[in-house]
Amino acid sequence: MNNKSMRIIRNGESLPLAEVPELSLPAFQEAILEGARSGARLACLCADGDLRLFAVLAEDAEQRLRVARTRLDGSRYPSLTPYCPQAHLFEREIAEQYGIIPEGHPWFKPVRFHQPWSDQPSPWGRQVDSPPGVTNFFQVSGDEVHEVAVGPVHAGVIEPGHFRFQCHGETVFHLEVALGFQHRGLERALQGGPHALSLKQSETVSGDSSIAHAWAYCRLVESLAGVEVPTRTDRVRGVALELERAANHVGDLGALSGDAGFLPTASFCGRIRGDWLNLSAEVCGSRLGRDWLKPGGLRHDLDPAMAQRLLPRLDQAWADSRDAIDLLWGASSVMLRFEAAGHLAAAQVRELGMVGVPARACGVDLDVRKDHPYGPYRQQPVPSSLAESGNVQSRAWVRWLELAESQKHLSLALADLSRCEQDPPAGPLPPLATDSLCVSLTEGWRGEVLHLALTDGQGRFSRYKIVDPSFHNWFGLALALRGEQISDFPLCNKSFNLSYCGHDL
Amino acid sequence: MSQSLIPTSIQWAVHLLTLLLLPPLLPGLINKVKALLAGRSGPPVLQLYYDLAKLSHKRALFSRTTTWVFLAGPIGTVAAGLVAGLLVPFGHTGTPLPFEGDVILFAYLFGLARFLTVLSALDTGSSFEGMGAAREVTFSALAEPALFLGFAALAKASSSLSLSTMLLGPGVGSGRIAGPLILVLVGWAIVFLAENARIPVDDPNTHLELTMIHEVMVLDHSGRPLALVLYGASLKLLVLGAMLMDPLLPRTTHAWQNWLVFYAGLGVLALAVGAVESMTARFRMTKVPQFLIAGILASAFAFLLLLV
Repeated sequence: MNNKSMRIIRNGESLPLAEVPELSLPAFQEAILEGARSGARLACLCADGDLRLFAVLAEDAEQRLRVARTRLDGSRYPSLTPYCPQAHLFEREIAEQYGIIPEGHPWFKPVRFHQPWSDQPSPWGRQVDSPPGVTNFFQVSGDEVHEVAVGPVHAGVIEPGHFRFQCHGETVFHLEVALGFQHRGLERALQGGPHALSLKQSETVSGDSSIAHAWAYCRLVESLAGVEVPTRTDRVRGVALELERAANHVGDLGALSGDAGFLPTASFCGRIRGDWLNLSAEVCGSRLGRDWLKPGGLRHDLDPAMAQRLLPRLDQAWADSRDAIDLLWGASSVMLRFEAAGHLAAAQVRELGMVGVPARACGVDLDVRKDHPYGPYRQQPVPSSLAESGNVQSRAWVRWLELAESQKHLSLALADLSRCEQDPPAGPLPPLATDSLCVSLTEGWRGEVLHLALTDGQGRFSRYKIVDPSFHNWFGLALALRGEQISDFPLCNKSFNLSYCGHDL
Repeated sequence: MSQSLIPTSIQWAVHLLTLLLLPPLLPGLINKVKALLAGRSGPPVLQLYYDLAKLSHKRALFSRTTTWVFLAGPIGTVAAGLVAGLLVPFGHTGTPLPFEGDVILFAYLFGLARFLTVLSALDTGSSFEGMGAAREVTFSALAEPALFLGFAALAKASSSLSLSTMLLGPGVGSGRIAGPLILVLVGWAIVFLAENARIPVDDPNTHLELTMIHEVMVLDHSGRPLALVLYGASLKLLVLGAMLMDPLLPRTTHAWQNWLVFYAGLGVLALAVGAVESMTARFRMTKVPQFLIAGILASAFAFLLLLV
């Protein structure tokens, strides 16, 4: 790969904005296309208020990122999406946030249904914030075709999202997902930071991935402030992240089992998920890991005595999880359901730039912990867990393998922590570097979490971009449903278990 | 019929009370079994009684698109279930209304209830309910032959077209029919699970509207009509359960023992349903017809065996 025009950076590295190559628009787009052709992923494409576009390409095999920027002359530019489908949602997002229109975008619609942040008019001619989900949906016509609209209010306690199915009898021709109901304006709220609420805001990008987002935020701020955190602190953060992963994977496997109507695993996992969450609560007082980390260190340290106490509880939670989940793999009626539903091909995954569990379930080997190692994963690498078939069974199986890896990581890390001395508490952070850019990646339980920040002359965030793994993966769910049974949608949806609020920000 | 120390009128009264009061206990028992097998304590066994009491105080909400047809479903289900409950014997005690040919009425009462439920689902104009209605009629078209072929086999064996004689007549206990009877009961067990919207055909506990068959058709009901829907479903569980169990129940000398045996049988049935639901996942919807056809084949072979 010799994409010379873009600057190489490592995960969590910050650099002065002046060192980010400013390319002409054609060169910028060519650089992205060339990267995509040679197997790089478009991890982020975003704009800021000065009509500048920033791109982050991830060259996962080479363990490096590439960044570049360009400046637009006006509020229109030729769309990349027809040549690089990975850009489709990023371009829609840019259009919505800054009124910059990608000409020739094949599926040009709002993402979160808000008005542009800049003075530009809305590309869809909307005068006021319209209710989310009000748009023209893709339609199939014909006497035998029917349309099913689901949500945003669902029959269970889940997040709001609207799904439109075009069906022929029980078969789904096309599914369109309309989100935006949970848009809270997090990226804008983070601008001007870091302030007292910034950490809280990162933790609430997606509540079940508090640690993944908080850690990405902390590493970004630490990098901009030029602070190196002690190894032991990284070790504790690793424990926090793996506990979060284990709890969510156990919960997901239970929920998948429940959706297939297999009750034992569903019931047991409901309780066992709580056992994992309680391990987090033991350390930081919050089952979701809120207030555990802070920039520069930890708000709640994991002292050696507590590590010692957690070890037997970890073993118990793992033993219980194994027993409950073994029932699932042993039930042929469940496997029959899982293997028949939600097939996705590796080629589709690469084309859409999908990440995390659904990508690995198709054999696409992507894991930030391995590809862009950070913190404890440099010393103690976590092997990535892969499956081949890309169906519901594969996604469940990948979760199961990752659960086992998390458990191994946790028991080693806790054993280490119970032996080594505590660090002195971290002092206040120095001010952030001015006019800089920083990209920080972590591997949450759903997949790659990306935080990108630009700072202004005072060292304040002039732009803060968050890419939750769900942002990359929602369209994959729509593709996985094509030609499948509509009655398999809930199972398929659960096997992705994407975040609505992480997408809506 | 066994030697009765209890006058027939009291027998009828017990039958009627059982039919009216017992049904909501069955879903409670099944749920309790499921909960215990899954390591939970579960809702109280009497939960459905509490629910019905609560719902009877609640006002019903009606969508603007619905008409009187919307109410025909819940009322029709309960009415059909009650009449069918008068035709089927509860153990070796007589039925209040036996007559030659009542088996046809029995089968079509459920057909009528289904027809009304489907109409009331379509009346809402909701795409979910339309989908559920389509599924219900597709699958019941496959469940009905299994039921009828079973009736045909028993009619041949007992030379009668009255449910009481067919299910409990002298021929039913004899050795010649044992093989075919087992086949009929296998076929009917499948019909029983399908008609009552149980796992592996349908999942009565799911909240996932896109996967439901029966439950999705009654989503729009609330208040008292919803109470009727829930009561009607439990009534169907009792009546079809009695039909399934009757040929298996041992004869006793006293009527009161009959009733005890019958109640114990219902308990065992609830236990069996709960155990099945705890051990298997739901079928993929495309597999349901295969399951139902297995029921048809079982009943058909029973009939063939009796012809030779």
